[in-house]
Amino acid sequence: MASLLDALLVLVLVVNLYALGTSRIAVVIRLVAIQGLVLGALPLLAHHTISLEAVVISVAAVALKGVIIPVLLYRALREVERREVEPLISTGASMLLGGLGAALALAFTGNLPLTVGDAHHLVVPAALATVLTGFILLTTRLKAISQVLGYLVLENGIFIFGLVLVDAIPLIVEIGALLDLVVAIFVMGIMLTHIRREFASTDTRALSALKEE
Amino acid sequence: MALALILVPTLGALAAFAIRDNHNRPWLLVAVAVAHLALTVLLLCGATPPPDTSWLWLDPPGRLVLGLVSVLFLATAVYAVGYLRYRHERANAIFIACLNALLAALTVAILARHLGLMWVAVEASALAAAPLIYFNKNKRSIEATWKYLLVGSVGVAIALLGTFFIAYSAVHAGAEPSLRFDDLAQAAPTLSKPWLRAGFVLALVGYGTKMGLAPMHTWKPDAYGEAPGLAGALLAGGVTSAAFLAILRILRVCNAAGEGAYASSLLLGLGLFSMAVAAALLVGQRDVKRMLAYSSVEHMGILAIGVSLGGVGIFGAMLHLLANGLTKGVLFLSAANLHRGYQSRFTTDVSGALRGMPASATLFLLGFFAITGAPPFGPFVSELTIARAAFLGDQPVAGALFLLFLMIVFIGMGQTVLKLCFGDGPGPTTTWRDRAATTGPIFVLLALVLMLGTLVPDVLTALLTENVAWLEVAP
Repeated sequence: MASLLDALLVLVLVVNLYALGTSRIAVVIRLVAIQGLVLGALPLLAHHTISLEAVVISVAAVALKGVIIPVLLYRALREVERREVEPLISTGASMLLGGLGAALALAFTGNLPLTVGDAHHLVVPAALATVLTGFILLTTRLKAISQVLGYLVLENGIFIFGLVLVDAIPLIVEIGALLDLVVAIFVMGIMLTHIRREFASTDTRALSALKEE
Repeated sequence: MALALILVPTLGALAAFAIRDNHNRPWLLVAVAVAHLALTVLLLCGATPPPDTSWLWLDPPGRLVLGLVSVLFLATAVYAVGYLRYRHERANAIFIACLNALLAALTVAILARHLGLMWVAVEASALAAAPLIYFNKNKRSIEATWKYLLVGSVGVAIALLGTFFIAYSAVHAGAEPSLRFDDLAQAAPTLSKPWLRAGFVLALVGYGTKMGLAPMHTWKPDAYGEAPGLAGALLAGGVTSAAFLAILRILRVCNAAGEGAYASSLLLGLGLFSMAVAAALLVGQRDVKRMLAYSSVEHMGILAIGVSLGGVGIFGAMLHLLANGLTKGVLFLSAANLHRGYQSRFTTDVSGALRGMPASATLFLLGFFAITGAPPFGPFVSELTIARAAFLGDQPVAGALFLLFLMIVFIGMGQTVLKLCFGDGPGPTTTWRDRAATTGPIFVLLALVLMLGTLVPDVLTALLTENVAWLEVAP
């Protein structure tokens, strides 16, 4: 179980790097969908026994992070005129940054005060690396839709950290958090449509009328 | 009882879509607000508390914030009837539904006794507020809403990570972890300190974003600037207070764990920085609504400073929470009146408002004196209390900076407000006139602010003292 868990977490890390390295938004959406599907499998593997709670979270995560949200974003993308991510720094540089972040997260895990059980798998470093990837995507991409994707990856990282907390976080809170995420993406999707209609592009550089004179 | 308080605005949100009549739909807000306030009064006047394991009930700061939010919502609801009737050409179903949803989410956040539930509710309130900012549906409001959504969502995500870190500090302690605030405070000495510290930092950054503490305040001037005034009043008085409540509850766990000094130093630093940033940007500000947004940043800083000082400072901060929330209602609503009347919120276009729109301009002017700490209004007493706490508590530098920033803010805001109210500009340019529905609620809020500065009822003093004891839980 533990080795399968770690294998999937490594897959998550690879997806992170890939998402940082590609220049096509459609590919990033597909990668985020894959990450969502992988994430859905994790709650079933993180513990020795499979509880009903883990199954519910797993199903909800697959449905929301793996299917519904990517479909919503794909729809939003279809209407966007240009489909390159237009990063602020080159994709190679952001990949390097992400790789560095992942390496640091792995290296630091030894120093983190983890419980005995949690020191033996990759959950915490993978979570931190994914959060970091989300931040890089958020801050270095100019298209509004890429920023939404960055936010999603950030949330995925936090979700991974939640794996070590299954006993502490009640089911209703986990579900509430997932629902909030969907509503957030839904509202952002609506705003994307409006941004494009008003500005004829979703380049956030166009959003610069409001500032101090 | 607690459930009914949540259910009323939730049903109101659904009913907003069921009512077809755009002209009379705003009355729904008043109905919900009156019911909410009635239930709030019943709840505050001693309903029997549920068993100690429940997820929903009031703690001492929750009582304060619940009262504040309920009163503020009623005032904005009455105002909304006048405002939305004037702007009857716009469909208001979504706007009214979202106002109700915002009240519901805020109520859950205030009643939440569980760290995770609190987070879910604060995030929900942030999302419910987004369509309110977008009400005017133009380029500027799109930009404001987008920034609000993105910065806010990332902030709240960081707060979730902080929540998880605090949860892990409990898991690390072994045993059956519970994330109810009371249980956490009780188990605090056994919590893993590094995780708790990291969790507090992240929660402070995350919820601080929602509060609008500098340097996480960047969304605030844009959002408050573009949102209709009544939404601004609820954001500045309600949503920020709920986010502050989240920080207070986590701070209490830190205090109980013996990490209070560390947490307080962070709060003091962020508080002073917020005041400094706000003071710098308030000087020479020509946009009235952005001015109010920076004033909000300043007052969030004051809250953080007050709490960080402990003892009397907490007393002052909790009083300031009420005083600031109510005064923000006065300012945002009266500024909205002037904005509607003159169709501009810039001092370059508006002057002589005291002659043009005497009622609104007088209320705005008095609101300005109140918020900058002039006697005899509430903020004067609370700010004085916090300054006293700083000097008595061996923080003379913080106290001196606090007073200095207050003075700069007074001068900076004063310039803008005087230009607006005095002078010999032309009268209002639209058909908007001051009416009972759009000035009455402001007057009532101002009366409450005045009451906080002159005769604080004994019940309130007792509640504030209770808050100090609640927060300063011994390790």
